[in-house]
Amino acid sequence: MTTHSIIDSGDSRSFPSSHPLLDNSVEDGAVAIHIGARPNFRPDPSKLAILIELGTECLGVHTGESRGKEGSNVLGFARFRLGDGEPSDLIELVRQPDTDDAAIEAARAVLEAAGLTVTVCRDFAGRILDRLIRPYYNQALAQLDQGLATADDMDLTLKLGLGYPEGPIELLERTGLEHHHDVSKALFEVYGDHHYAPARRAVVAKMRQMRREQ
Amino acid sequence: MTEIKTVGVCGSGTMGAGIAIVAARAGYRTVVFDENADALTRAEAQTESFLAKSVERGKMAEAEKSDVLARFERSTDISAMASADVVIEAVVEDLAVKRALFARLNEVCPEHALFASNTSTLSITEIAGGCGREDRVAGMHFCLPAQLMKLVEMSPGLNTSPESFTRAWAFCEALGQRPVQTKDSPGFVLNYFLVPFNNDVIRMVEAGVAEPGGIDQAIKTGLGYKMGPCELLDLVGLDTQILLCDAFYGVTHDPRAAAPPLLKRMVAAGRLGRKSGRGFFDYGRDAMFGG
Repeated sequence: MTTHSIIDSGDSRSFPSSHPLLDNSVEDGAVAIHIGARPNFRPDPSKLAILIELGTECLGVHTGESRGKEGSNVLGFARFRLGDGEPSDLIELVRQPDTDDAAIEAARAVLEAAGLTVTVCRDFAGRILDRLIRPYYNQALAQLDQGLATADDMDLTLKLGLGYPEGPIELLERTGLEHHHDVSKALFEVYGDHHYAPARRAVVAKMRQMRREQ
Repeated sequence: MTEIKTVGVCGSGTMGAGIAIVAARAGYRTVVFDENADALTRAEAQTESFLAKSVERGKMAEAEKSDVLARFERSTDISAMASADVVIEAVVEDLAVKRALFARLNEVCPEHALFASNTSTLSITEIAGGCGREDRVAGMHFCLPAQLMKLVEMSPGLNTSPESFTRAWAFCEALGQRPVQTKDSPGFVLNYFLVPFNNDVIRMVEAGVAEPGGIDQAIKTGLGYKMGPCELLDLVGLDTQILLCDAFYGVTHDPRAAAPPLLKRMVAAGRLGRKSGRGFFDYGRDAMFGG
């Protein structure tokens, strides 16, 4: 079984509380996992893999990029979590073009052994889920303003019609509109696509949060 | 207010056949019209098979199945709609075809009859325009498969009278369905969100961000969806997604609604999804979902 070490810089969004991945950490494990908001890693070819927890930024921010040939034993990851909601069991594992396959497999083995589900993706802002769902949430908020349907009917339609466990409006209210604002704005800055521009209701929520914190 | 006893269903494709089952199962005499006799025959066989499965699974008694089947009439002649109190059209998603159909129905059907369109993307106001009874037309978009899904998106057109919409709503509830009201807006709620979302997924595959299986896994694990978008696209049919894109983009001009190049290439290559045995995933056989 591949061993791993946790290096915690504090305020991890992926692992805010106890988890088997944290509990099974050892000194100087074969895989190094940097969690927290301020990762400070050094390249170490002796490790099977080095994982860095990502926020909205790309892995390349930490490793550097060169001519589309970047890649080593360093991977990015994030445990998918919407705002203030509980983290899911999904790990989006971020690779670069020339990332070692052995590093990916070692990382996958450690994460899956801790009960997590791993999906590998390339190094794009928003990875898979945020990139797909933020335009959908912005659309839902915009259409609420434009009267396409009431919030209850919109949520119910998407739950009954598509089998979603939760409608977009209730989900955003539960997990925090201001958090959606922050992620969506970060993606808008990277992609310049107006579908990522935070919807009016998200902007309002963000401004109210800022006023509260003044 | 005239009591609804007879429901007319125009079109006996997948949606029309499903809607007809819903109507007959709810106790209405159900008249199905389709100019294509083969389509009527096929729908009849599918209906019998579906109801037999319902009996097999204990959801319906044998006697009830016979009663439901006895409520059906089928015809290739539109004059069969003359006795309908409500007509639901589920013909091809083409504005000109639907408008022409409603104009013909207006000449055949009694004055009190309500017309409903099962369109998923077109404007109810435009479909009703010029048919001669714009005040008695409403949108009733059933979800696929109609015979199993409870949700119906209901939309009044600009000229739909409040009384007609109230009647249509009550009829929908009497069918045992769950109506939700949406504006007469392209795609209503479901397709407004689903068509561009699925296109974003296809573009993500094309850009090499992740494999189809990885995207589906992320969606199901991260968001708790029952089905991943690539699985869903394969089930609906990639050729159908192109039709939805064309209809939706034609109205909205939203670039997210335009059919992605990869989608077009896959359809050109015969990778239509489950129906052709291969789409984003390989099914290894040419069978319908559940077949």
